[in-house]
Amino acid sequence: MEKPLTQHIPASGAPLHLKEYEAVGGYAALRKVLQELTPAEVTGRVKDANLKGRGGAGFSTGMKWSFVPAEVTGPRYLICNADEMEPGTFKDRWLLEGNPHQLLEGMIISAYAIQATQGFVFMRWAYKEAARIMNQAIADAYAAGYLGKNILGKNYSLEMQLHTGVGRYMCGEETALLNSLEGKRAIPRAKPPFPQVSGLFGKPTIVNNVETLSYIPHIISKGGDWFKSLSYTADGGTKIYGVSGKVNKPGAWELPMGVTMRELLEEHAGGMKAGFRFRGALPGGASTDFLTDAHLDVKMDFAGVAAAGSRLGTGTMVILDDRTCPVGFVHNLEHFFAQESCGFCTPCREGLPWTEKILYALEQGQGTYADLEQLEMHTKLLGPGNTFCALAPGAMEPLQSALKYFREDFEQHIKEKKCPYADHTH
Amino acid sequence: MPIIHIDNKPYEVKEGKNLLEACLSLGLNLPYFCWHPALGAVGACRQCAVKVFKDEDDKKGKIIMSCMEPVKDQLRLSIDDTDARNFREHVIGWLMTNHPHDCAVCDEGGSCHLQDMTVMTGHSYRDYHFTKRTYNNQYLGPFLNHEMNRCIQCYRCVRFYKDFAGGKDLDVFAAHNHVYFGRQEEGTLESEFSGNLAEICPTGVFTDKTLKQHYTRKWDLTSAASVCQGCGLGCNIIAGERYGAVRQITNRFNGAVNGYFLCDRGRYGYEFVNSGQRIKTPMVHHGPADKANGIPVLQHVHQRMKPGKTIGIGSPRASLESNAVLKELVGEENFYLGVSAADHDLVSLSLKILQQGPVRSASLQEAAAADVVLILGEDVTNTAPMLALSVRQAVRRIPVEEVINHIHMPAWQDAAVREAVQDSKGPLYILNVQETKLDELAKGAYHTAPDNIARIGFGVSHLLSSKMPEVKGMSEQGKAIAAEIAAVLKTAKNPLIIAGYGGGSEAIIKAAANVAWSLRDLGIDAMLTYTVPECNSVGLEMLGGHRLDSAVDRALNSEVDTVIVLENDLYRRLNQHRAEQFFEKVKDVILLDHLYNPTAEKATIILPAGTFAESDGTLVNNEGRAQRFFQVFAPDSAVQESWRWLLQIASINGHATLSGLQHFDEVVSHLAHAYEKFESIDHLAPHADFRIAGQKVPREPHRFSGRTAMQANVDVSEPRPPQDTDTALSFTMEGYRGEPPSSMIPFFWSPGWNSVQSVNKFQVETGGPLHDGNSGKRLIEPHGNGQTPFYTEVPEPFLPLKEHLLLVPLYHIFGSEELSVHTPGIAERIPAPYIMLHSEDAKRLQVTAGYLLHFTDNGHHYTLPVIINDTLQEGVAGIPVGLPGMQISEAPQLIKV
Repeated sequence: MEKPLTQHIPASGAPLHLKEYEAVGGYAALRKVLQELTPAEVTGRVKDANLKGRGGAGFSTGMKWSFVPAEVTGPRYLICNADEMEPGTFKDRWLLEGNPHQLLEGMIISAYAIQATQGFVFMRWAYKEAARIMNQAIADAYAAGYLGKNILGKNYSLEMQLHTGVGRYMCGEETALLNSLEGKRAIPRAKPPFPQVSGLFGKPTIVNNVETLSYIPHIISKGGDWFKSLSYTADGGTKIYGVSGKVNKPGAWELPMGVTMRELLEEHAGGMKAGFRFRGALPGGASTDFLTDAHLDVKMDFAGVAAAGSRLGTGTMVILDDRTCPVGFVHNLEHFFAQESCGFCTPCREGLPWTEKILYALEQGQGTYADLEQLEMHTKLLGPGNTFCALAPGAMEPLQSALKYFREDFEQHIKEKKCPYADHTH
Repeated sequence: MPIIHIDNKPYEVKEGKNLLEACLSLGLNLPYFCWHPALGAVGACRQCAVKVFKDEDDKKGKIIMSCMEPVKDQLRLSIDDTDARNFREHVIGWLMTNHPHDCAVCDEGGSCHLQDMTVMTGHSYRDYHFTKRTYNNQYLGPFLNHEMNRCIQCYRCVRFYKDFAGGKDLDVFAAHNHVYFGRQEEGTLESEFSGNLAEICPTGVFTDKTLKQHYTRKWDLTSAASVCQGCGLGCNIIAGERYGAVRQITNRFNGAVNGYFLCDRGRYGYEFVNSGQRIKTPMVHHGPADKANGIPVLQHVHQRMKPGKTIGIGSPRASLESNAVLKELVGEENFYLGVSAADHDLVSLSLKILQQGPVRSASLQEAAAADVVLILGEDVTNTAPMLALSVRQAVRRIPVEEVINHIHMPAWQDAAVREAVQDSKGPLYILNVQETKLDELAKGAYHTAPDNIARIGFGVSHLLSSKMPEVKGMSEQGKAIAAEIAAVLKTAKNPLIIAGYGGGSEAIIKAAANVAWSLRDLGIDAMLTYTVPECNSVGLEMLGGHRLDSAVDRALNSEVDTVIVLENDLYRRLNQHRAEQFFEKVKDVILLDHLYNPTAEKATIILPAGTFAESDGTLVNNEGRAQRFFQVFAPDSAVQESWRWLLQIASINGHATLSGLQHFDEVVSHLAHAYEKFESIDHLAPHADFRIAGQKVPREPHRFSGRTAMQANVDVSEPRPPQDTDTALSFTMEGYRGEPPSSMIPFFWSPGWNSVQSVNKFQVETGGPLHDGNSGKRLIEPHGNGQTPFYTEVPEPFLPLKEHLLLVPLYHIFGSEELSVHTPGIAERIPAPYIMLHSEDAKRLQVTAGYLLHFTDNGHHYTLPVIINDTLQEGVAGIPVGLPGMQISEAPQLIKV
């Protein structure tokens, strides 16, 4: 089983240095691109591979690039979204810490494809080690002529810079990321105009996820058919899946796209810890709907998870076990989302703290049936389109599915006027 | 025009608008907060949600924010849709979770957009039963209260303050539901336009602090349409009164003039009306007139008016009617313009250029749409503040036009457009004696002496048209600046040239004319704006009269026994020495004015003259636009309009042409007949006999309360309300409840719309003109025939002189205007007098900042602390004009230090 993204990352997790990366074929794709391919051809190959963005939305990467207007002159930007803050998600960190040059090579090729003049890695504040590694990698890449003026002696130049955020979840949303990078408040922007047209400093900009960009050198080297062949399903490639929760071996693995939840849970994560029973999982990070044991055979690709009523998201599952209170679990999430709301639009700014407070009241045994109606109402009213960006709709996904699958738990809190799990968890 | 279907009814709407604008323009009610016609849409509040449907068969539809969606032909939307209504109601529910519900003690109560929208959405029952978050409030200076707990986070305040008005010290802090709008630390808001926050804010976070000193609900105000007296721009205002005191000034929308906004001098400078210094009773020899020999005061006046020995001095802050009646009363040969020699020269020159030249004067609206702006010798923010706000919009025109084509977004998509525009600005060039606030927007800002500014202006015009005189001996730098400006102007479509009284230089005014005229010659649709010092400077100049200096000379020749001074303090017009000489020689001074001032000290007879709030009248602004202001309330004292006093005097004198005139309409009509140029002022507003459905237009809203109780401590029976025989307005709450003609709208109020946002209901379309047009009539139009005139006298370059400084006037929005300084809040903002020097001059004079410098200007001895400012040219010094304690300053002149 091929693991193109992670195969070279040492087991220790230590970063692959430039020489080591080159020794395993690193930067060969970049050479090929600069010597043989036009920007349009690069985009064409990525489009052909049907690479879908690994940040959560699953939009075609090549398609996204093709929206950069050709006629606009002046600076253009390529940005790597390394602001990995989705609760339960730690896949990008693996790539950032383990193989920084693979990402840089992917970025340079992608930047070439859109003829960007400047690249930025926008990294989560808390990823101190990854930031150190990335700065070193950028410096090494400059020294080796992979960055800067006339890369590899060719007529293409690109500057690259690492920018670390200040720890706002909102910055993972690409337009808020752009505002933040400009030094403005991290609030999202309305689309259209899309960043491809008016992005960083109002210039054409592409924002891609770490995992997405890391795939680019491989697609260039080995082609779209190879990429598609890696997968079990129509969505090509491998995917880094993760599992956290009360399992025997929590972790992240690069696997063919489309493995089942069961396979992930039982084969890779080693099954539930003794004494814990599986009750459900958020399949793609905190802002996705719960799936339950009825869904264990769902294929973990974009279409499969969507058909089951959730989203693949980042592909990193958070497991709910039978000894953890689902209400407390969701309360914890809503606390996070309420805190991370940027405060720009009303439903998110005011609605999320309300749900958080209701969930807390339920946990304290002070909830009422009217509160459940309020929660239901919020899950409906904070839907896509009603709010300015996807943060609040994402925040409602675990809540609406918890109300659907674990309703008896909510009601039990009200009837018993306490959290029924209070005695044997936490 | 596209057709859209709203709740299955077809409507024709305007292309390019958003759906919210389209719905509001159709008169439909759709609640909103963050959108504002002047600020565009950002989609933050989510209040204006509607449902759109793909086609007739689509029953499910999709909720969208109407402010963020453009009009599209055959688009189907529903305001009434259950889901949309439910969502809108919940948006209010969310906003209310932390709102303090303190309407009863909130200054906004009764004129609150949040209240209106809450009622409109039907939200009435509170579901949220958790604790509310609370904030600390800030001290923001004398103009605004801050009560952050009421905030609904619509972001309008920062969008207006920072994005629209260029302010820097108000911002949004923190995140999620702790978002905070305020300053980084407590302190006075620095923007000259801060007061607009009270109207921009849809609830009671920012409220008028001067109103709070004498608080009255909107429904208890007696209001009238008025015109600001604060400068020469003539912004339209609404003044509200209760218990004989003006309580509040709010914006009166005029699309051609001030739009939705006012400057802080205009909004807060009104309290002189309520001042303890008000003259309320006629005085003879500084005693009450009724105690003076038992003769009515008018007899005292009559006795002193000797034919041939009586002169009148008019005023640029008095109405056209009052000035005209005085002129006629004393006779043309005896009427003098009550303005300083410098102001007279500058204003009469500006007027002549606009009347006789081929270039049109720009309205504030037209100024805001200019594509290139050249400012010559004017610190616009301080001399004509709202013009600065227009210039701030003008510099956005070219970049906005560029980006909307490139990002394919309409201009009202404010966030997207600002993002694409970034810091890009259209061409603005400023030449001034020192730095100005607008410099930050300028492609080029150059600071030099007035004559050098004029020379560069002449240089620009010569480069544009070889007919214009050449400037000899121009410095290399001057040549380069002129070349750059000329090159940009050549590419312009609607360039605006601004100059005016602030530069204190006729040469600058002429240079500005030459630039505009040479552009005109090139076929470019150039506009000219000349600022003028006072609210009726242009009206007085158009009326015409002799120079004030000649009045003094005449008095010194013992040819004047009596002078009638109209609403004027001659100590602000003449230097102290000349003024003293004048008053010594004149036997009797008859003064009609509002406040005790140094001239009042010299007066034999003082007649209490109504301020703008107690008078009807007409003013002509710097554009040449005549505008009517209406009396707000009937004073309970002897105060009356100056023109009425003067008519009464004329009547006693048995004046040939004025006797018999009584009412305002008669005066206006008399004036319009007497002067062809004033013909149209008879049509500025409906006459006194105007009725709608047989009724007058009430100054009081239908909810006016306490009418029977207000005077109950005096008399339990309801007093007969004052009668207004001069206008079609009544002083009561009775009358026509619909929409009056736009020139006489006493307040903006509409069913369901109690706040100032109700102006939507009075407009042809949101942001567009009022239903029967923008009020006012332009009295000056360009003279299109014949050859382009031009000025040939290029001044010599200014070079620093040894042992001399060129003293130039510097103006201050707070302090330089005579009446507004009587507002305590404004008084707080007045800078202390100073003399501004370049550091090299300071070194030469061996002084440092704060050092008290002695010098004599115009016969007046000053001792002023030094301020160092190296944006002044060496050899040039600035002193503030008009500040309390400062004498008048003539045009730039050399002083020896």
